[in-house]
Amino acid sequence: MSDMILRTEDLSAGYGKKVIVGGLTIEARRGEILTLIGPNGAGKSTVLKTLCRQLDPLGGAVYIEGKNLSELSGSQLARQVSVLLTGRVKTEYMRCIDVVEMGRYPYTGRLGLLSAEDHEMVRQAMELVGISELADRDFDRISDGQRQRVVLAGAICRRPRVLILDEPTTFLDIRAKLELMDLLKRLASEQNIAVILSLHELELAQRVSDRILCIKDSAPDRTGTPEEIFSGDYIGKLYGVPEGSFCEAYGSPELAPVMGEPEIFIIGGGGSGIALYRRLRRRGVPFAVGVIHENDIEYPVAAALGAEVVTENAFEAISEEKLAEASELMKKCGRAVCTVKQFGTMNEGCRKLAREAASLGILENKENI
Amino acid sequence: MKTQRIRLAAGYTVLAVLLIVLAVVNICAGSADITLSRLRSALADPESDRIAYNIITQLRIPRTAAAAVLGGALAVSGFLLQNFFANPIAGPYILGISSGAKLTVALLMVLSLSQGFAVSSFGMIGAAFVGAMLSMGTVLMISGRVKRMSVLIVCGVMIGYICSSITELVVNFSDDSNIVNLHNWSMGSFSGIGRGEAITAAAVVFPTCIAAFLLSKPMNAYQLGESYAVNSGVRIKAFRVALILLSSILSACVTAFAGPVSFVGVAVPHVIKSIFGTAKPVRILPACFLGGAVFCLLCDLITRTLFAPTELSISTVTAVFGAPVVVYMLLHRERGKVNV
Repeated sequence: MSDMILRTEDLSAGYGKKVIVGGLTIEARRGEILTLIGPNGAGKSTVLKTLCRQLDPLGGAVYIEGKNLSELSGSQLARQVSVLLTGRVKTEYMRCIDVVEMGRYPYTGRLGLLSAEDHEMVRQAMELVGISELADRDFDRISDGQRQRVVLAGAICRRPRVLILDEPTTFLDIRAKLELMDLLKRLASEQNIAVILSLHELELAQRVSDRILCIKDSAPDRTGTPEEIFSGDYIGKLYGVPEGSFCEAYGSPELAPVMGEPEIFIIGGGGSGIALYRRLRRRGVPFAVGVIHENDIEYPVAAALGAEVVTENAFEAISEEKLAEASELMKKCGRAVCTVKQFGTMNEGCRKLAREAASLGILENKENI
Repeated sequence: MKTQRIRLAAGYTVLAVLLIVLAVVNICAGSADITLSRLRSALADPESDRIAYNIITQLRIPRTAAAAVLGGALAVSGFLLQNFFANPIAGPYILGISSGAKLTVALLMVLSLSQGFAVSSFGMIGAAFVGAMLSMGTVLMISGRVKRMSVLIVCGVMIGYICSSITELVVNFSDDSNIVNLHNWSMGSFSGIGRGEAITAAAVVFPTCIAAFLLSKPMNAYQLGESYAVNSGVRIKAFRVALILLSSILSACVTAFAGPVSFVGVAVPHVIKSIFGTAKPVRILPACFLGGAVFCLLCDLITRTLFAPTELSISTVTAVFGAPVVVYMLLHRERGKVNV
């Protein structure tokens, strides 16, 4: 396992004497992104702080390249591990390049003056992160996304083996988040760094991570690849949300469904109904859906939000039984909407349903709902 | 990058020129005006103009040197405190540290006068240091509880008032003819500083400032927050203690010789930072020293010449220039917060 760079053995992390997370076995490899997820207050930040020695382990130990973390000097540690913390600092008269240059701290001499080599590394780091044009701007007067990048450039021009980020997406908008994730992915593979971060955004965690560590109730709950973690309804359990309201495939959550007698029947499929499901959910109207294939892209949303859902097996044409079931449900509802625009062999049943609704005079226009 | 370098070079040049010009003016101007040519001839040949020579070497040069050295010390002390508290309005006077030093020095003075023993310059600095540390300790305790800058400043000002009123009390109750001197001193003044005292001040201030300069690197990392400094490998406890000790020594030294001098520690570093456009300690700590020296020379000149032969206290003049800077900074910061 030459790829293994950071490893913990039965690590306990916490403040003072109070253990917040115990029994941690973490393995971070070069070129891989390890993400910590888990409910608020589960101790993700505490774990990260222990990994970079902001906190001393309350049990067990952290090893970096086989060396115990507590035996490294401050400067040795700083060369191995770079950290990006949450929280903003108010700086004054500090240009972005000054902040990046600070990244060379463990390598510079007594007065912290940079050598030509240091300057070159700063330049490269800024280029890699794409902030070269920000160099002379005031660090206090750039956007949060830019600031995060500047700090990141500082962290990587330290040439660490491990990069630790505590909820790096906190202040960022969606575009900045995506760019940051992209960047981390590139950093990990190009610079061969082990990246360890905590995230709240599960959809990001699912897409960016090579491995995920879930922390729940003061203990590591599960580790594995995103495929392993985002399967079944594990995530729902991890965060304690009602069953089915978290879409494992998309990594995104839905509100809990409105239960009760469905008032409207929606003939959906192919993603055409998603907006309507969510609109009805917001208004608190219980509804039924049919007939949806289990591999339809709107199936997770329909399953999460619909009071009743008639489904058909993947890649099967809609059977007579299902059609009958849906038809009955539709009549019970007394109102129907068809969002589907295109019919084919597989959803021929839906066309029939729509015709039936029209002949019953209960078919309404989607825009009128 | 280049503009920064030009700015630095220009800034340092201007400061150096100002320092030299003001030093010469300070030596020449006064109740007995000495022209430049008289100054030159008196220094070249003491016998030709004994009076001028004596005035220059016994009074003017020590006072000028003391004003420059102590002014520089104050500015550096303020700069260190600002970094420590991550607060641009921190300074030895505003946080009550000067007043604490003033109190212990006054106590020692009154005691020595009533008991009839003499106190050396180092004794005074020692007493001032104890007082400075006491105030500092109080301020640190408060800052541990409240993070708000304004609360900290108000507490510092209150500590200052308490110490000042006790000092007044002590001074009023002691009955000695020297009390006039004591009173002058407790208002802050560079007058009456002799050659020995000036040399002692320099002997304390220069090594302390050099030590502070050697802390530039960790100070720079600390400007990005405590955790950042820790992650960079700064031994944070030792660093914090060093900052506190150095800034206390500097402000204690100033107080021991010149009494409390207001606002230099806040105003000068701020002006220097904005002129140089950087807060990197390695680049501007020496500039703060020069700036403090220039500022105090100018203010001391005004105290001596504005209503000559009556002398103003130095704080009267420094406050006129310094207090508006502090008000400006407070307003500026508050406005900045709203925008963020």
